[in-house]
Amino acid sequence: MSAPGDRRGAGHAAPQAAAPLLEVDGLSAAYGAVQALTEVSLQVMPGEIVTLIGANGAGKSTLLMTLCGEPKPRAGRVVLAGEDITGAPTHAIMRRGVAQSPEGRRVFPRMTVRENLLMGAEALTREDPTPQLERVFALFPRLKERLAQRGGTLSGGEQQMLAIGRALMSKPRLLLLDEPSLGLAPLVVKQIFEAIRALNAETGLTVLLVEQNAFQALRLAHRGYVLVNGRITMAGTSQDLLARPEIRAAYLGGH
Amino acid sequence: MSPIRSPEGTPASPGGVNRTGKASPAAAVKDAALAALVAFGLFAMMVGLRTEIGPEGALVLRQRWGDVAILCLLVFLGRLVLSLWLGRRRIAASTAPGRWTARLQQAGRLFAPAMLAVALTLPAITQGDRYLLDLGILVLTYVMLGWGLNIVVGLAGLLDLGYVAFYGIGAYAYALLATEFGFSFWLGLPVAGILAAFWGVLLGFPVLRLRGDYLAIVTLAFGEIIRVVLLNWVSLTGGPDGISGIPRPSFFGLPFTMSGGEGSFAGTFGLEPSPSHRVIFLYYLILGLALLTNWVTIRLRRQPLGRAWEALREDEIACRALGINVTITKLSAFAIGAMFGGFAGAFFATRQAFISPESFTFIESAIILAIVVLGGLGSQVGVAIAALVMIGGFEIFRDLGEYRMLVFGGAMVVIMVLRPRGLVGTRTPSIALGQKRAISGELVGEGHG
Repeated sequence: MSAPGDRRGAGHAAPQAAAPLLEVDGLSAAYGAVQALTEVSLQVMPGEIVTLIGANGAGKSTLLMTLCGEPKPRAGRVVLAGEDITGAPTHAIMRRGVAQSPEGRRVFPRMTVRENLLMGAEALTREDPTPQLERVFALFPRLKERLAQRGGTLSGGEQQMLAIGRALMSKPRLLLLDEPSLGLAPLVVKQIFEAIRALNAETGLTVLLVEQNAFQALRLAHRGYVLVNGRITMAGTSQDLLARPEIRAAYLGGH
Repeated sequence: MSPIRSPEGTPASPGGVNRTGKASPAAAVKDAALAALVAFGLFAMMVGLRTEIGPEGALVLRQRWGDVAILCLLVFLGRLVLSLWLGRRRIAASTAPGRWTARLQQAGRLFAPAMLAVALTLPAITQGDRYLLDLGILVLTYVMLGWGLNIVVGLAGLLDLGYVAFYGIGAYAYALLATEFGFSFWLGLPVAGILAAFWGVLLGFPVLRLRGDYLAIVTLAFGEIIRVVLLNWVSLTGGPDGISGIPRPSFFGLPFTMSGGEGSFAGTFGLEPSPSHRVIFLYYLILGLALLTNWVTIRLRRQPLGRAWEALREDEIACRALGINVTITKLSAFAIGAMFGGFAGAFFATRQAFISPESFTFIESAIILAIVVLGGLGSQVGVAIAALVMIGGFEIFRDLGEYRMLVFGGAMVVIMVLRPRGLVGTRTPSIALGQKRAISGELVGEGHG
């Protein structure tokens, strides 16, 4: 595996030599009779930012949730670092080094910022959380200013920072981000994406990013997958996908 | 559970009050007239028309429109005053605790130790006044039940309408163990608690996936099932006759007998035998049990488990995303809450020496839940104050006879209007950086922020 520093910026090819950190193979999931995912296969290499783009209701969030064990897949396999985690309970999957910043942020509104962050570490590690707390503050200095404030009183952007910071507290190997740009001003989105880029460049953290904001997501990620009606229709490097006319027409507003 | 709130987190304005907080009198009058109309619709049937048995034995219809008019007028004026008065309060968004919140907090710092001091010295203060001590025991029983339920409802956010079932299970467990197998109180107490905790887990399993209203319905049903079983399993529980002759507690083996002979409490300590010894002992027993409940709750709140409960109350999906085992967290809240209910039940059985299913009806669950909600969900001091006000207040208004319920209901409405998040509607962070700050619950909505 090459040094993480050289993969800064978009479009770099993923290191193909290493074994994938996350491998999803023929995954299908359904809510009752409604088929949400059909034979989805994707790979995330260590140190990579991979994005999953698609329209509303394409199954992006469902895929992330299925990776985390809810709903249980109907078919297919999920392999994390060579270990089959298909159908394992959520808390067991998280314990293997996965962290998720869920859709809609879901910070604990009546807990302080500090408590929110510590909740991220509590269930999964027994280490002293202080050093990791400092790392999160270095990434999002705003959180340090808001330390004693309740989660529910933060602005949307701060809540998103808190949700990502909280997920980072368990020192995950794989960070799952579900629509971090949702409902945020473009400037704030830029800040948050910049932080994710820095995190990946400096620590080599592997990120699977689910986004509707395809343009921003592809600029950030190394590779991307396009999900349409629960199926992967396209895959490739970000530069590749950004250049394709059908992507430009469907997701980038034709510019 | 929570009052309807506008998106900004301010209490929903009653009609006639606009967003900026200025009441327009015309709108307020219109709103009050509407309320009076609704009241008329209700009271016309309930009060206005009355069937009575006439002198010839036939049903006659008696009309009481005067009373209806008085009631409607009262509703009209009450609503008018409420609209205009609430409208004058300006609700400003700020992270600073509200005026009342700050004041209550300040008072709380002194109040809790003061209350504890009064509680500890009550037998001395009352000079052994039997009535006051009995009232103290009653209030403390509800304080303990409130604190127990607070774990489930206040901390873990699981709305439990059947809490009285665990109270009943604890009482029956101790009563049966004592009368059938001769268990002493100090042996029966933990067993009753463990049995109640076991039933708490048993209730927890089927409701793991339920939240809010659905959870409330199932727990309500659970409470009723337990009561109906107690009522109908005559061979075990004695059915409606209940269990009598439950042994009174002894002072660690020394019975409270009136003869005062060798081996009794009075004899051993060289005291004049007095019936108040047992009452004083019972008082300190329930005080100790209640304080144990409080201590365990406060300790657990600072532990990972307690914080997981609070996180669960705030957002279950986020909990899952953080790797918290939601199943264990929920079941442990049910189990520990139920255990304290069981302890209280065992105490109740030994104090009364007689129990029957009548003591474990839904109204008990409702009163305990009201204590928790009025006190402010999750607040220990608030629950204690609410229990004192509700149970003590209920006794004070005993002379009012059936109007007591009216005062009781009115007091609840007033508290919920003035303090929609309960008497002490704040949450002190379990991890604080330097100075502890509490933010008024009024500013933080339920659910997602």
